[in-house]
Amino acid sequence: MMIDQSVRLEFKQNLYNEMLRIRTVEERIAELYSEQEMRCPVHLCIGQEAIAVGVSAALQNRDYVFSGHRAHGHYLAKGGNLKAMMAEIYGKEGGCSQGNGGSMHLIDLSVNFMGSTPIVGSTIPVAVGAAFTAKIKKQHAVSVAYFGDGATETGVFHESINFAATQNLPVIFICEDNFYSVYSSFEERQSANRDIIKLVQGHGVNSFEGDGNNVEEVFNLTLSAVNRAREGGGPSFIKLLTYRWREHCGPNYDNDIGYRTEAEFLQWQAKCPLKAYETILMSMNIMSDALYQKLFSEYLTEMNNAVQYAKSQPFPSIKNAFTDIFSAQ
Amino acid sequence: MIRTLTYAEALNEAQVQCLEADENVYVIGLGAPDPKGIFGTTIGLREKFGSDRVFDMPISENAVTGMAIGSAITGMRPVLSHQRIDFAIAAMEQIVNQAAKWYFMFAGQSSVPIVIRMIIGRGWGQGPQHSQSLQAMFAHVPGLKVVMPATAHDAKGLLIASIEDNNPVIFIEHRWLYGLNSLVPQEKYSEPLGRCKVIREGTDITIVSLSYMTIESLRAADMLEDSGVSTEIVDIRTVSPLDWDTIFESVSKTGRLLVADTGTMSFGVSGEIIAKCVENLYGKLKSSPNRISLPDLPSPTSSSLAKTYFPRAVDIAELALSSFGRNLDKKWWKLEEGVRLDIPNTNFTGPF
Ligand SMILES: Cc1ncc(C[n+]2csc(CCOP(=O)(O)OP(=O)(O)O)c2C)c(N)n1
Ligand SMILES: [Mg+2]
Repeated sequence: MMIDQSVRLEFKQNLYNEMLRIRTVEERIAELYSEQEMRCPVHLCIGQEAIAVGVSAALQNRDYVFSGHRAHGHYLAKGGNLKAMMAEIYGKEGGCSQGNGGSMHLIDLSVNFMGSTPIVGSTIPVAVGAAFTAKIKKQHAVSVAYFGDGATETGVFHESINFAATQNLPVIFICEDNFYSVYSSFEERQSANRDIIKLVQGHGVNSFEGDGNNVEEVFNLTLSAVNRAREGGGPSFIKLLTYRWREHCGPNYDNDIGYRTEAEFLQWQAKCPLKAYETILMSMNIMSDALYQKLFSEYLTEMNNAVQYAKSQPFPSIKNAFTDIFSAQ
Repeated sequence: MIRTLTYAEALNEAQVQCLEADENVYVIGLGAPDPKGIFGTTIGLREKFGSDRVFDMPISENAVTGMAIGSAITGMRPVLSHQRIDFAIAAMEQIVNQAAKWYFMFAGQSSVPIVIRMIIGRGWGQGPQHSQSLQAMFAHVPGLKVVMPATAHDAKGLLIASIEDNNPVIFIEHRWLYGLNSLVPQEKYSEPLGRCKVIREGTDITIVSLSYMTIESLRAADMLEDSGVSTEIVDIRTVSPLDWDTIFESVSKTGRLLVADTGTMSFGVSGEIIAKCVENLYGKLKSSPNRISLPDLPSPTSSSLAKTYFPRAVDIAELALSSFGRNLDKKWWKLEEGVRLDIPNTNFTGPF
């Protein structure tokens, strides 16, 4: 009983810590971007951390994860190497893709973060393919596809859902619904009567909706989907409501350019996934201001070390890139 | 009236004038009515023409292309824009199987007057899936016209001609051109599709170039001039159908050919042009033709890789001089030392 309780508290603490770690990394990227040394687009996930953390907490190392353009949080929460990510964003040899890819092309095979690429919807079927392998090879693994609300407009999303359902594959579709596709609101893109939950159910797939800023809710929804998938219960779709704080791409805020209001942003900022969880943990006496300070400075130091590592790495040479075209036998 | 406009402004004005002139024209694209307006090229169109002529769209490139085709064969003239050519290939099926073939497979009974704008680019870590230059893929397909303007003047005139054309036109714009100015008449005018343009006259070598590489070629021509080589530049403007007469005439005159393309080298535009010139002008060539293009490698992201990956004026000039057995004066290479080569100018600070 005592052990159970302490495990439970430690679990909660870890959920919080991981969100804070991702927030610290993303904020630091935003601060340093103006140095003009990260010479690639960056899509920050500030405000959306609870999804990556809640989902990953329900996964094992062997479980596969795929993502899109906004992937830093997904990569880090799965255990992706921070130094390799930063070196990648700085275009350096020690980067996870050796500078070939940048922020939009993350990979860490040691934790089965299989790859993130920025063509919207494009990694969803690839995730289904990994679930196919998991099933055929009886790996007892699940595959996760992360994507945004915009990606549910692609044909390949629906085709993938249908295939996954037909083959009863262990794949979890995680839809991060942050209301926007770049600067386009739902009115421009979808009928007001569209119900994605019912649409997916129509394909015969278990479909759920939850608060993407509530890390425990994300965890619980994901865990039951993962358990079901591991037991041969097939795919699940989970839509999680959240909000992107910064501009679609880049380090700044863009509430002034006209596609959304400052009031809407403030309303969502008040629903900060970290703050919300911090308040709960404070009331349970797990978190305190002092602990926050300690954790924050730890993560900041870790991040600063990663940045220093990235900056100190050599730039890759084009000669090496040529050996990356085909795999040798 | 004539005045200077940027390439982006010229494209915007072309769309305004076509929307005004023909009620069947409509504009659709991801972000077309948003505050950034596809790099400025569609800013203000929704305000002027309303939401039943200027549309955003879901991320459904293939379906929207098919929809645009369906509307085109029934009387509309869609202008569909993609912020990257890499997104347009999600619609390859509709473009290649339907748009390109419709007129032919039904023996000319019905044509597809559609313009599909696609954006290519280089630099700032756009990387493998955001900076491909796939004109050759489209030009390989009979039934598609492929247009690639290099100047603001041509951007406007060629976009108007493309919208007025009865066939599917793939209209490819380079992001590094958007901020460049040229003199652009205010009135609605069209530049003919399928015509190259000699944009610099010379006698010693012909550079055939397209899109942004035409800008680099103009710089190279200055370097060559300094070395005593007189360069003629033929700006391709329309990759398909290609205006062979103008190219043959120039190469016949100079006897030397260099092709500068924005795409990867193998099976591309440069190979086609060189092959045709060798087939037709064999006896007139004074040296073997050369070409500048991207290496056969996906676009890498790292700024250090971009430096060697994307060719520039110095590379063109150096290669041009090699057909005279000469080298480019080191001073031109020196000028580039310390210059950031993954940005179009120092005002560019990312993020995309
Ligand atoms: C096929 C394709 N079309 C268009 C784009 C341009 N694009 C990049 S991100 C994005 C918005 C995606 O919205 P969503 O899926 O909701 O993800 P979010 O950015 O909100 O996290 C778009 C349209 C793209 N990358 N791929
Ligand atoms: Mg979104």
